[in-house]
Parts: sequence; C-alpha cells; structure tokens
Amino acid sequence: MDPVLLSRIQFGLTISFHYIFPPLSIGLGMILVLMEALYLKTRNSLYQQMTRFWVRIFGLTFALGVATGVVMEFQFGTNWATYSRFVGDVFGSALAAEGIFAFFLESGFLAILLFGWDKVSPRVHMLSTIMVALGAHFSAIWIVVADSWMQTPAGFHVVQAALRPRAEITDFWAMVFNPSSVIRLAHTIVGAWQTGAFFVLSVSAYYLLRRRHQEFARASMNIGLSVAIVASLGSLVTGHSSGLVVSQYQPAKLAAMEGHFPASAPAGMYLFGWVNEDEQRVIGVSVPGMLSLLTHGDASSPVTGLNAFPPEDRPPVNPVFQAFHAMVGIGMILIGLSLLGAILWWWGTLFEARWLLWMYVFAVLGPQAANQLGWFTAEVGRQPWIVYGLMRTTEGVSRSVSAGQVLTSLLFFGLIYLLLFGLFIYLLDQKIRHGPAADDLEVAYHRK
Amino acid sequence: MNALLDLRVIWYGLVGVLLTGYAILDGFDLGVGALHLFTKKDEHRRLMLNSIGPVWDGNEVWLVTGGGALFAAFPEVYATVFSGFYSAFILLLFGLIFRAVAIEFRSKLPMRWWRQMWDGSFAVASVVSSLLMGIAFGNVVWGIPLDEQREFVGTFLGLLNPFALLVGVTTVALFTMHGAIYVVLKTEGELQDMVRGWVNNTIIFFVICYGITTMATLVYLPHMSRHIMDYPVFFLVGLLTMLAIANIPRAIHHGRNFQAFLSSGAAMAGLMLLAAIGMFPFLVMARPNPWLGLTLYNAASSLKTLLVMLIIAAIGVPLVLAYTFSIYYIFRGKVKLDTMSY
Repeated sequence: MDPVLLSRIQFGLTISFHYIFPPLSIGLGMILVLMEALYLKTRNSLYQQMTRFWVRIFGLTFALGVATGVVMEFQFGTNWATYSRFVGDVFGSALAAEGIFAFFLESGFLAILLFGWDKVSPRVHMLSTIMVALGAHFSAIWIVVADSWMQTPAGFHVVQAALRPRAEITDFWAMVFNPSSVIRLAHTIVGAWQTGAFFVLSVSAYYLLRRRHQEFARASMNIGLSVAIVASLGSLVTGHSSGLVVSQYQPAKLAAMEGHFPASAPAGMYLFGWVNEDEQRVIGVSVPGMLSLLTHGDASSPVTGLNAFPPEDRPPVNPVFQAFHAMVGIGMILIGLSLLGAILWWWGTLFEARWLLWMYVFAVLGPQAANQLGWFTAEVGRQPWIVYGLMRTTEGVSRSVSAGQVLTSLLFFGLIYLLLFGLFIYLLDQKIRHGPAADDLEVAYHRK
Repeated sequence: MNALLDLRVIWYGLVGVLLTGYAILDGFDLGVGALHLFTKKDEHRRLMLNSIGPVWDGNEVWLVTGGGALFAAFPEVYATVFSGFYSAFILLLFGLIFRAVAIEFRSKLPMRWWRQMWDGSFAVASVVSSLLMGIAFGNVVWGIPLDEQREFVGTFLGLLNPFALLVGVTTVALFTMHGAIYVVLKTEGELQDMVRGWVNNTIIFFVICYGITTMATLVYLPHMSRHIMDYPVFFLVGLLTMLAIANIPRAIHHGRNFQAFLSSGAAMAGLMLLAAIGMFPFLVMARPNPWLGLTLYNAASSLKTLLVMLIIAAIGVPLVLAYTFSIYYIFRGKVKLDTMSY
C-alpha cells in the first residue's frame, strides 16, 4: 500500500473525529457565557441551573477534544516530516502560538469552570467562563491561520537553509493575515456557534417533547434559537465571501466545487448533480450564469475552469462537488429551521409545535455534518497540493515511516476512536437523560 | 559570551524550560497514575484522581506547547524525532488518549467492572506514557542512526536499547516519587498515611535508578560530562541536584510536604539542566556517525522566526505563569469530593 494515501487517510480520520468536539467547545462556550451572564444579571437561579447543566456537557466534550487534539499536534511530525522540515519556520509558529495563547487559557480556567463553583465568587466564575470561551476561539484563530497559510501562502520566501531548501518567514503579519485567513476564520467560528446552538436546541426540544424540565428547556431553547438564527445567517454570508476568496486565489478548487470544466466560460451553479469526470459532464439541475454572477457580479463573465490547469494540478472533482453541495444544502435547511422557529416563537406556539421540536432533536446532526463537509471541500479541494502551488502532498510525507507502520497505527486509531465515539454517545445520553440536577436550583454554590 | 546572546541558544534553553515545566507538572499526575492501582478503596482512588482533576489537562498543555515550540524553533528536530520514533510516539499518543478518557469516564458510572476497567487503563497508560517519554529521551542522548538527510534509519527494536530502557525506567521512578509526594501534599487521614509510607520506597527506587543511569552515562557517554569538566562551575548544578534529592526524605520526615514537593521539582529541573549542558549544542545525538547529529545550528529556524517566537513567548509566558499560579492557588489545600468531582 501507498504510505502517502495511508497517511492521508489517517490524518483525515483523526482530524474528522477530533473536529466533532472543538466546534461544540466554541459554540457551547459562547452560549455558557450568555447563560451565566443572564444569571448574574437577573439572579434567577434557573440560569444557574442551566449553566451548571451545560458545563457538565461541556466538560465531557472538552475532555474528548483534548484527548484527540494532542494527536493532531504530533501528526505533522510523525507522518508529514518532509512537510514539517519545509514549512516549520512558517507554520510552526502558528501552532506554538495556539498552545501558548489558547490551550493554557482554556485548560486553566476550565478547572474553575468545572470544579471551582464553591471556591470562587460568582464574578470570578463568570470571568473563568469568558476565559474558557475566549481560549476556544483563540485556538480556532491560530489553527485556521495555519491552515489558511497552506491554502493561500503569503509572507514567506524559499531559501537554502543549513540542510535543505525551505520556506522562511519574511513578514509574520502577512503570514497571519494571508488572503484567506480572516474570512475562513469567520466561517469556521459561525459554523461552531451553529453547532453549539443546535446542540442546545436538540436537547431542549427533547425535554419539551418528553414534558420534562420544561421551564429549563424553554429558557435554554430561547438562547439556543437566538444563537442559531444569527449563526445560520452568518454562515451564509461568510460562506459566500469565502467562496469569493477561493475564486480569486484557488480557481481550480472553485471549478471542482461546481464541476466547471471549460477553461474560460460563463458558469452556472448546480442545486445538485453528479460529475462524470471522464466525460467532463455534470448531470443535474443548475441555475445558469449563477456562479459567474456570484463571483464577478455578471452572469455572462467567464469563470476559470478545470481545463485551464494541467491534469496533474487538478483536485478530485466529484467528491469536492458532492461535499460542497451537501454542505450548502444542509446550511439552507438549517436557516429554514431556525427562521421557522423564530416565526413560531413570535406567534407563541413554538413550544407546542411538536413536529418542529422533533426536527430540532435530529437537527443537531446538521451542523456537525456541514462542518465535516466544509472542511472536506476545503482540504480535498486543495489537492494535489499540501501547500497550495508550493509543495505537493506526495512530497510532504515522512520518508522514514513505512506503509506497514502507518497501516498499523491507522487500524488502531480506527478501533480506539470507534470505542471512544460509542462511549461518548453513551455518556452524553446518560447526562441528557439525567437532566439538570434539582439541587442546582436550590444550593448556593458560590463562596460567600 | 556572544554565543549566549544567540537566539538559537536562547531557544535551546526555552525548549528545555518548556520540557522541564512539562516534566515537573505532568510528571506528578503521571506518577499518581502509576500509584493508582496500589490503592484499593474506591474512595481513595477517587481522591487520588480528584487531586489531579482540575490541573492534569493544563499540565498536558506543556507537552503540546513544547511540541509546538520544537516544531517552530527546531523543525528538523521535530521532524526527525517524531517520524523516526513513529511507533513509539503513536503508542505514547494512545497512552495519553486512554489516560485522558479514563479520568473523565471512570466515575461516571457506578458499576465495579466499569471502574476497574478505567482504573486499569489509567494506571497502565500512565506508566507506559512515562516509560516511552523516558525511552525517547534516552535515545536522543545515546544517539540514533541518521543518514545525510537527517532521516532516521534505525528500527523500533533498536530504540529499545539498554541505555534508553534504563532512562525510561528512571523516568517512571522519578514521576512515581514525584506523584507520591503530591498525593501526600493533597490528601489527609488514612490515604495520606498510607501514601506517606510509600514515599520512601519510591525515593529508594528512584535513587537506585538514578545512580545506575549516572554511572552508565559517565562510562558510555563521556561527551555528556565534557562541558562539566571544562567549566567546573557546572559541578554546582550537579551538587544542588543531589542536595535537592537528599532533601526529599528529610522534608517528608519533618512533615514539610510542600518543601518535599518543591525539592522533587528542583531535582527534575537540575537533571534536565545537566542533560542540556551535556548535550550542548546538540539536540539529537547521532550514532554511529556523531557528525550527523542535529545541533541548534543546523536544525534551527531562521533568526527572523526565532525573534518572532521570542516576542510571542515574552507576551505569552508571563500570562501562562499567571494562570498556572492562580489555578494552583485556588485549588490549594486538601482535596475533597463533591457532586462535581470525578
């Protein structure tokens, strides 16, 4: 077997599994700040009960995020050593900054968030919640900066170093604010808020349907729904802007996303379809001129297609096309669900609309799937490059690691992650069934 | 003296500081893991877990940040060691994963088999993780086979050479001792009395391992003591390290548990410093061709990156120290179980 392919599968598996958890930490972290702030403002103990319940869930997702996150930090070195030698000077500093500015903040204050209720005053606890949420967001900043540098590299030059040629920083801020980092960060963050919001919606809807903890569920749903509306619309706006950056800096990726082959011709946008890469044909339903309109503001402007690139520089087309369209489709459904909720809430019938509540119970999967599909579009669309236009993925792999070693580690990662996923779902289910603790309402936890 | 002002030398030191911080902090919670199965009562096990509960993941961040700093400051070292020690590091990752989830999952369900399964995972994962880190460190000091491109050309079994295994076992002994002192510091009553009784055994175990490792280093790795011979002032580091180790049983005997913990931490810092002095300017020794080793001159990032990183560290490290001290201050005193405990 091919060590490059195996290392890619392993990276894909470990990052996809890891990425179940960080968006929950970011989204729930932000929602926890809102809940606890409401408690401090109103002193209504319902909000304290809510904060304490969601903190327990947050703790579980955070632990799995940490356990699977350490793997990512190591894997550039273990499986992509040649890449690491080439880009360490540029890419490494973003990872180190993530450790120092984000992880310490998150893990340090998490201790107070989880275990510090009776050790600090309510204000210090609130501060800790804010710090944990900030840490989760900072972590997104640095990792998206690092990844965006791989998409649209800037602020570096390639020079001969002591042992071999490599990329070195010429301008740190140009590296950080490379052409795609700000917009990709915005899209990632709103996606994470959406993930947290629909998670809260799902659990709250389940309680309402089961007629349990109703007051708690209604209050949680109000907050979850507000965040869901903002984040779902935000996803649309940031997604569009992100697409514009892709069209400008990674035209081959954009062409793959829409299955657009002609080197230079006006392009439509598919609602859905299937790409036949051999015949360079897409079977599906499209809005003619839409891609031209969205990227150039004119439905008849030509868009660069895949044939403008030599075959060895093109990403896989159909997988990128399908992932992108599935993400957009799910995004639209989530916008619909959150706006529908807003209307029913305004009419005052939201909490009785069982059909919508049932949809909310399952909608928790929507943002998770959209996150995965979005990253899949971004990273498979970047192929065949590991650093766009600079280094090929096949060149980045470790030379001293054999295919057998990677296959073994891949199998074990698969087994262990399957076990962890099962346990995570089981324990999450237990916590949700147990529900908010009654004494969380009564006991004054904070130090006097 | 000019050499000391070199950014590469500064980063050699800073990576050392991060790894030392990791050893001192995560060292005690790995050690608590190694001792976990020696306690039999569920309540005692919960107390031990909760003594590290609020701090263990923050401690592990030192490893993640140390790895990130190594990647940024010495990418050649990061790439050579992580890919060269592939199977060992993947095993270490599995150890760290199981430790993390064992702490989180263990007390979530009351069944006996459930708790025993995670207790076992926690203990085995802690010992295996410590052992593998020691083995990796031992190999870097002993020397690993590298080619002209600085790619590792050895085998996994080659990493299990006697010297590396010795350093591995010494690391387990050191962390176990450090963890035992931590438990004495954080607990009271029956559990504290029991663990206090173990501290002396862990000290004896460590001192024996330490003695053999030192002997082996002097005999087989004469280069490790060259700088100390050349600059006798470094003897002081060795002397202070020995004094710190000698102070541990003394402080425990007088009931000064915090002083014992500090001494143990100081001993770890001393040992790391001695290793760094001995290795300088190498980060990875090569064998059989020592000239293929990675030094802070051929493995470092550009001076521009090292300067950027130094600024990041100058902003970040004081913040990190401030949170770390605050957290340890807030969670000072003896550990108690409540509804939020593991």
